[in-house]
Amino acid sequence: MNDWLADWPRVLLPLPVVLPLFAAGLTLALARRVRAQRTISVTALSIVVLASVAVLVRTDRGSGTYSVDVGGWPARLGIPLVADRLSALMLVVSSVVTLAVLVYSLAQGVADGEEGTPVSIYHPTYLVLSAGVSNAFLSGDLFNLYVGFEILLAASYILLTLGGTRARVRAGTTYVVVSLLSSMVFLTAIALIYAATGTVNMAELSVRLQEIDPDVRLVLHLLLLVGFGIKAAVFPLSAWLPDSYPTAPAPVTAVFAGLLTKVGVYAIIRTQTLLFPGGQADTLLMWVALATMLVGVLGAVAQNDVKRMLSFTLVSHIGYMVFGIALGSAAGLSGAVFYVAHHITVQTTLFLVTGLVERHSGSTSLDALGALAQRAPLLAVLFFVPAVNLAGIPPLSGFIGKLGLLQAGADDGSPLAWVLVAGGVVTSLLTLYAIAKTWNRAFWQEPLAEPEGVGGLVTATRVGTRTPLGMVAPTAALVALGVGITAIAGPLFGVADRAAADLLERTPYTSTVLHDRVPEVGP
Amino acid sequence: MSPNLTLVLVSGVLVATGVALLLERTLTRVLVGIVLLGNGINVLFLVAGGRPGGAPILGVTRAEDMSDPLPQAMVLTAIVITLGMVAFILALAYRSWQLDGHDEVQDDVEDRRIVRRAELDETSASYDDDAREAP
Repeated sequence: MNDWLADWPRVLLPLPVVLPLFAAGLTLALARRVRAQRTISVTALSIVVLASVAVLVRTDRGSGTYSVDVGGWPARLGIPLVADRLSALMLVVSSVVTLAVLVYSLAQGVADGEEGTPVSIYHPTYLVLSAGVSNAFLSGDLFNLYVGFEILLAASYILLTLGGTRARVRAGTTYVVVSLLSSMVFLTAIALIYAATGTVNMAELSVRLQEIDPDVRLVLHLLLLVGFGIKAAVFPLSAWLPDSYPTAPAPVTAVFAGLLTKVGVYAIIRTQTLLFPGGQADTLLMWVALATMLVGVLGAVAQNDVKRMLSFTLVSHIGYMVFGIALGSAAGLSGAVFYVAHHITVQTTLFLVTGLVERHSGSTSLDALGALAQRAPLLAVLFFVPAVNLAGIPPLSGFIGKLGLLQAGADDGSPLAWVLVAGGVVTSLLTLYAIAKTWNRAFWQEPLAEPEGVGGLVTATRVGTRTPLGMVAPTAALVALGVGITAIAGPLFGVADRAAADLLERTPYTSTVLHDRVPEVGP
Repeated sequence: MSPNLTLVLVSGVLVATGVALLLERTLTRVLVGIVLLGNGINVLFLVAGGRPGGAPILGVTRAEDMSDPLPQAMVLTAIVITLGMVAFILALAYRSWQLDGHDEVQDDVEDRRIVRRAELDETSASYDDDAREAP
């Protein structure tokens, strides 16, 4: 413990939380120096990417889990940060996506001549968001998880209402009130859990929650699921999402779509495996997953605007992950983990491409778009690849993820699981239909003669100007990453399998956090 | 341990009034609702803390007379967070009033469009015109 260098993994683990917060403070102090802000943000997030990769390698090569007691307080008193394969994988995917979106938004800011104006607050807020996401993934303490959620939500409120236009204030109001409500539900759950068990340490809870009255346990479990369900946009609690996301600036929508709901999914995974194992809510989650998939995708089919269509597919595909979690088997969980990694990348990419489309044509309404394949072939390629990936065309990662989940459902064999498998296939086909409709109308057909002018969504300010390379490059990089996930699907599924095995076994997590096992030294 | 009934009742009343206000359309009332709701939950944390006792400081109170400090620390955090959120919602309500002269939460753009179409008896924008011409 004394040798700082021999102890590098322990220094590494808090970095994804601490570094963006420091950088946020710095960029706030340097609010008038746009170039310095940019350098600091990009550097900080690049280091976070490297640290996250190191954490993943360390956890996967090592014993699978390691924890750091922040401030040197032992886990039962203080707050531990815990990395297991699941959190490390989430951390890597989220940090890569965050960095790519940051570069994209920088280029957009430069191109649109926003030097200094309203976005001096953009960098600090964005970095705080990134810190909040990392904190939520790494937290080994339920109350610290709540704090992580609040950090990222507070940042997201500001990003969503950036500029304070009429549409954004309206969308932001719904979003803020719904998110606050979900936080209140979560907080109530924490209060009741503390009353019932006397701890908020997740490793300790996993033991103590088994000892309390089963009825009380069920109430606590459902409260947590409702709180996380709102954040993850699971069907009956999802109506806020397609309403509020599309009005934000493209990079903001992209990072929200990729990360925020997945933090909710991550929290649901932890709830189902670590805190409340035994599957008492699995049947409920199955039905919820089915409803989420179908209602979401039917909404997507009916949409007339690319951003709204994508928001609905986002809701719909959360259903796949919930399905995997509800199966409760190793195969189901591993499929869900893989799907989260795939979906973060693909959904973010699609929103970024839509931002490019909006910039090119001035609108994202299907009535106004047309013949983009001819006018902007590069955009067409950038849209096409992640779009078919989302729909799950073989051999792309969306197909592999869905296949994994459907196989897990078939292995389960119960009638309900088969219903879900059928629902998953139907959802996949309908996603393809929604994507094909968008593709036909926006990229192949000529635009309608008289575009309908009613209540369209926000339109870009600079139409027809050349799309800057700084926006295309990160988008292309993410497209490549999405395809790359296909190439490394084998190793990635390996990590997901091992993560799922650890999640089900639970003891790796609890014994590491509570130091029941001799802590391993060095890599 | 039996919980303090007064605190439980206070918490219940605060949460109930908070939820009632949260269902209003005016953002200012929603704001008051969130404040009440938040305080109701804070009181719930005090219930969760168990029996009352002296300040948990070594040398001031004997260990067995101390109150549980952890829920109080959590309440403190929650109060700070709620304060920040309240400030933000106030700013949002003010901005909404600046733009529109009121702070009522509007319906979704799509919802309003559908209502208008229903009133005019029009078809949806995603309705296929060619299908209508087919025999």
